[in-house]
Amino acid sequence: MTTTTRRLSHVAAINWNRLQDDKDLEVWNRLTSNFWLPEKVPLSNDIPSWNTLTPQEQRLTIRVFTGLTLLDTIQGSIGAPVLIEDARTQHEEAVYTNIAFMESVHARSYSSIFSTLCTTRDVDDAFRWSEENAPLQAKAELILDRYHADDPLMRKVASVFLESFLFYSGFYLPMHWASHAKLTNTADLIRLIIRDEAVHGYYIGYKFQLALAEASPERQQAVKNYAFDLMLELYDNEVKYAESLYDALGMTEDVKAFLHYNANKALMNLGYEPLFPSSVTDVDPTILAALSPGADENHDFFSGSGSSYVIGKAVATEDEDWAF
Amino acid sequence: MSQAATLPTPGSAGVGLVYFSTRSGNTHRFMQALGLPASRIPLSRDASGLVVDSPFVLVTPTYGGGGVKGAVPGPVIRFLNDKQNRQRLRGVIAAGNTNFGAGYCLAGRIIAEKCHVPLLHRFELFGTPDDVATVYQGVTKCWIPHA
Repeated sequence: MTTTTRRLSHVAAINWNRLQDDKDLEVWNRLTSNFWLPEKVPLSNDIPSWNTLTPQEQRLTIRVFTGLTLLDTIQGSIGAPVLIEDARTQHEEAVYTNIAFMESVHARSYSSIFSTLCTTRDVDDAFRWSEENAPLQAKAELILDRYHADDPLMRKVASVFLESFLFYSGFYLPMHWASHAKLTNTADLIRLIIRDEAVHGYYIGYKFQLALAEASPERQQAVKNYAFDLMLELYDNEVKYAESLYDALGMTEDVKAFLHYNANKALMNLGYEPLFPSSVTDVDPTILAALSPGADENHDFFSGSGSSYVIGKAVATEDEDWAF
Repeated sequence: MSQAATLPTPGSAGVGLVYFSTRSGNTHRFMQALGLPASRIPLSRDASGLVVDSPFVLVTPTYGGGGVKGAVPGPVIRFLNDKQNRQRLRGVIAAGNTNFGAGYCLAGRIIAEKCHVPLLHRFELFGTPDDVATVYQGVTKCWIPHA
């Protein structure tokens, strides 16, 4: 361990009017304005849709959500709290307390879905499955090892990989159902989680890059090697996890494209170049549309036909037009 | 590129690039990869504002939690509040994250609509090599950027 972390004095009162890093307040404001609870989502409207799924599809869905619950549990109880010790500012500490709480809200949300849609027995079966599924336990172990090791930079790497990569083998399924007009309220709830995870990955990745910039070139290279090694190890395990869940329904290849796409984004949150070439990151357009309506519309001027553009005269807008 | 003919005719000096990036630097990094001359909108409210004297394309990240409010970064709003800057805007390129759903690259769509310019390209975080290539080709083939 060559990186030392400044431990903050915990007797100082936090002053939000004296910031060392504007990003702390920006992200705090973003996270607090994004706050939500599962009770706000009308999950019970999905009951008729749930009943159209085959028993096999229902079992897959419960298992996927149980796997996501496990990751959110780790992040809420360990992943975000361990970052508090490494914080560079008191405001950063406060942001991690928000992240930890929202991860607990996410974990709690899956239980809301279960109590609305599923039988207790099926859910109990899935929780038992989660303890016995080897790839699920392996990924938890790979992450927890980094959280418990004395390397602040690798703690952040593991955290960003969890937030920005490991969730997506699970997020794939509700997006798949939504693209078939199934479980659409559940998908709305999952989209709120996906939005939160983007901010978490971005912020933790940003703080990682600040700390990395202060390290020696040798240390920077070593961290990069560790990070890519961990990504590859997690990826290999994630493929096994996806196969254990999705092979029976023939979805694994689609899930893998989604994994490649999100692995690249996780690396980019850390400031690293994408690992997977664009030839293997083409996410099924219906999944991308369920995630982000309009994102796959190939009519940005440079890449599309351009035919959808009607370019008006450059009429000057008034200043008040910008007063959002 | 065949669409070039439909674009507003740039001034004789060509079209430059203007961008905004916060301390996290994703958009700055995209511009570095692009390797074309570009002016950066200052981050600080105190800094004297950037005024552009020739046509340009704007590259901006998207802020906020997916809604319209706050999607366009404050410094970009202040920059476009300058009538001279607004009149010289020829197109917008936006960065974002599909995790924000319908809010993906919303800043680009808002600016395109308000200023009646095309949304030229969207990319995530600091863009993939494909994004860089697309924008490089688009900007250099459609217009000749200048410093």
